[in-house]
Amino acid sequence: MELKPLEREPALRDPSQPLAGTVRHRALAHRWPRLKVGVPLSEFVFDGITGAAALTVVVLLLAVTTVVIIEAWPAVGRFGLRFLTSTDWDPANEQFGALPFIYGTVVSSLLALAVAAPFGIGVALCLSEMAPFWLSDILGFLVELLAAIPSVVYGLWGIFVLGPWLRDYVEPWLGRYLGFLPLFRGPRVAVSLLSASAILAVMVVPYVSAVCRDVFSAVPASLREAAYALGATRWEMVRMAVLPHSVSGIVGALILGLGRALGETIAVAMVIGNRPAISASLFMPSTTLASAIANEFTEATSDLYVSALIELGMVLILISLLVNVTARLLIYNLTRRRFSS
Amino acid sequence: MAKLSLVHLSAYFGRVKTLKDINLDIPEYNVTAVIGPSGCGKTTLVRCLNRMHEVVRDARVEGEVLLDGENIYAPGVDPVQIRRRVGMVFQKPTPFPTMSIEENVIAGLKLNGSVRNSAQRAEIVERCLRLAALWDEVKDNLGKPGTSLSGGQQQRLCIARALAVEPEVLLMDEPCSSLDPASTARIEELVLELKSQYTIVIVTHNMQQAARASDYTAFLLNGVLIEFGETKQIFTNPKRQETEDYITGRFG
Ligand SMILES: Nc1ncnc2c1ncn2[C@@H]1O[C@H](COP(=O)(O)OP(=O)(O)OP(=O)(O)O)[C@@H](O)[C@H]1O
Ligand SMILES: [Mg+2]
Repeated sequence: MELKPLEREPALRDPSQPLAGTVRHRALAHRWPRLKVGVPLSEFVFDGITGAAALTVVVLLLAVTTVVIIEAWPAVGRFGLRFLTSTDWDPANEQFGALPFIYGTVVSSLLALAVAAPFGIGVALCLSEMAPFWLSDILGFLVELLAAIPSVVYGLWGIFVLGPWLRDYVEPWLGRYLGFLPLFRGPRVAVSLLSASAILAVMVVPYVSAVCRDVFSAVPASLREAAYALGATRWEMVRMAVLPHSVSGIVGALILGLGRALGETIAVAMVIGNRPAISASLFMPSTTLASAIANEFTEATSDLYVSALIELGMVLILISLLVNVTARLLIYNLTRRRFSS
Repeated sequence: MAKLSLVHLSAYFGRVKTLKDINLDIPEYNVTAVIGPSGCGKTTLVRCLNRMHEVVRDARVEGEVLLDGENIYAPGVDPVQIRRRVGMVFQKPTPFPTMSIEENVIAGLKLNGSVRNSAQRAEIVERCLRLAALWDEVKDNLGKPGTSLSGGQQQRLCIARALAVEPEVLLMDEPCSSLDPASTARIEELVLELKSQYTIVIVTHNMQQAARASDYTAFLLNGVLIEFGETKQIFTNPKRQETEDYITGRFG
C-alpha cells in the first residue's frame, strides 16, 4: 500500500474546512477503506464493519435465492409455466400445479389487508391523535405486544375461538345478505379461506397500526400547530397536516402488513383446511403457498415432490418481490405527484 | 378598552414554571410589542393567548385570559373557536407542504366553509397575498407548492394565511426574523395598516421595530413581566433598571 505524498495532506486538513467535509471528501476519493494518513483509525474500523455488514446481506440474499432456484429446478424443467397455471396437485401421480396455492395466498392476504387497513390506520390515528398522552403510551405498548404474540398462538385461537365463531355467526349472516354472490355460498365449516383471512387480518392490524403510529408521530409538531392555529378541529388537523404528510408511510405500512400476510405460515396452516383446490366460495377450505410447504414437506417422498414444494417457495418469493416493487413505484409516484403539481 | 386581559397568568412545561403570574391588559385596535431576551417566555406568552400552549405535552396554564371580558380558559370554552378569533403567525414559517400557495392561503377558510365560488376564492387569495406583500412575487405561480418559496416568502405566505380567516386578534411571533429589510419594512407597514381593524401582538428582538411599529410594549425577563407601558415611555423613560439595561443593549 502506497502512502500519498505528505505535502498533499495539509490541504485536506485545512482548519477552515469543516471536518465532516474532509471525511466525506476522502470517502468519495477512495471508495474502498484503506489506511491513509489523516483518516482516524476509528473511521477505518467503522467503514470496515458497516461495509462487511452490507456485504453479508447481499451474499445471504444471493445464497438463498441460488439454493432455492437449484433445488426447484427439476420441477421447473418438468412442468415449465404449466406449474403456474395448472390446478392439478396430485403427488401420488407426480402432477404438480401451483394455481390453488397462489389463489389461496393472494386472496387470503388481500382480504386480510382490506379488513386490517382501515382498522390499523384507525387504531394508529386514535393512539397518536385522539387518546390522551398517558393512555396512548399504554395502548401503544399493548399493540406492540399483540404484534409480538407467536403466530402458533394465533393459530390455536383461530381453531378454538375465531373459526367456530365465524361458522356460527358470521357465515350465516353473510350467506343471508350476500348469498347471491358465489363468494358467500356453501357449507359452514370452521376451517376455511374466510377463517384464514380473518386470522391474518387480526395478525396484521397490530403491524399496520404500530408502523402507522410511528409514521403519524413523525409529522412535525409545527405542522399540527399551524393547522390548530387556523382553527382546525382535531379531525380537520388530521386531514390538513397529518394524513397528507403520511401518505407514503401509510402505503409502506400496508405493504409491510401484506408481506407479513403473504408469508404467514403456521397460523394459516392451522385454520385454512389445506385443500389444494380453487372454489368460488370463501367458506370452503383452501391452502396457501407457505402453509402447504410447512404441511407437506415432511410427507414429500419423491425428489420431484420436494422440488415442487421448493418451487412453491420460489413463487412466494416472486410474489413478495412483486408486491415490494409495486409499492416502491406507488410511493415514488405519490411523492412525485405531490411536488410537481 | 382591553381586548385581552391576562390575569395572574402562569404557564408550565411539566414542572417548570415558564411564565410567572403575569397581569397585563392588551388594548384593542393597538399594536402591543413583546420584547425580552431569548428564552424569557415571549413565545410561551403569546401561545397562551389562543390556547396553543396546551397543545404541547404536559404543558398547562394557571390563571385567566379574558377575551372581550370572557375567560378563554373557562370550562366549556372550545379552543377551536378561540383560535378562529385569535390568529397566529409562528416564529418559523410553516406552510403546508402538500398544498399549493393558493391552497395554503385559503386553508383556514376552507375549514369554516366560507369560500363559496372560485371568483371569491381568487379575490380572497389576491387580497391576502397583497396585504402580506407577497402577491407580486407569486401571482404567476399560485399553483406551486408553498414549500417551494424562500424562507421569507414562506413567512409572508403564513401571514396571508392567518389574515384570510379574518381573526379579531393577530399574534405575530417574530414575523420578520427571516425577512430582508424591504419585506420587514412592508410587514411593519402592514401592521400599522391592520391595527385599525385588528388587535395585534408582535414579538420582536428588534428594538427599532418595537419602537417604530408598536403603541404599547411589554418587557419580559425570565418569565416575569418587568414593565408594561406606552412604547414611547418604555423607550425614552423606562421605570425599571432592567428595562433600561435591556433596551440600551447592556445585556440579553
Ligand atoms: N416545548 C417545550 N418544552 C419544554 N420547555 C419549553 C418548550 N418550549 C419552550 N420551553 C422553555 O420555556 C422557556 C421560554 O421559551 P420561549 O420559547 O417562550 O422563549 P422566547 O422568549 O420565545 O425565546 P426566543 O426569543 O428565543 O424565541 C425557555 O426556557 C424554554 O426552554
Ligand atoms: Mg420565541
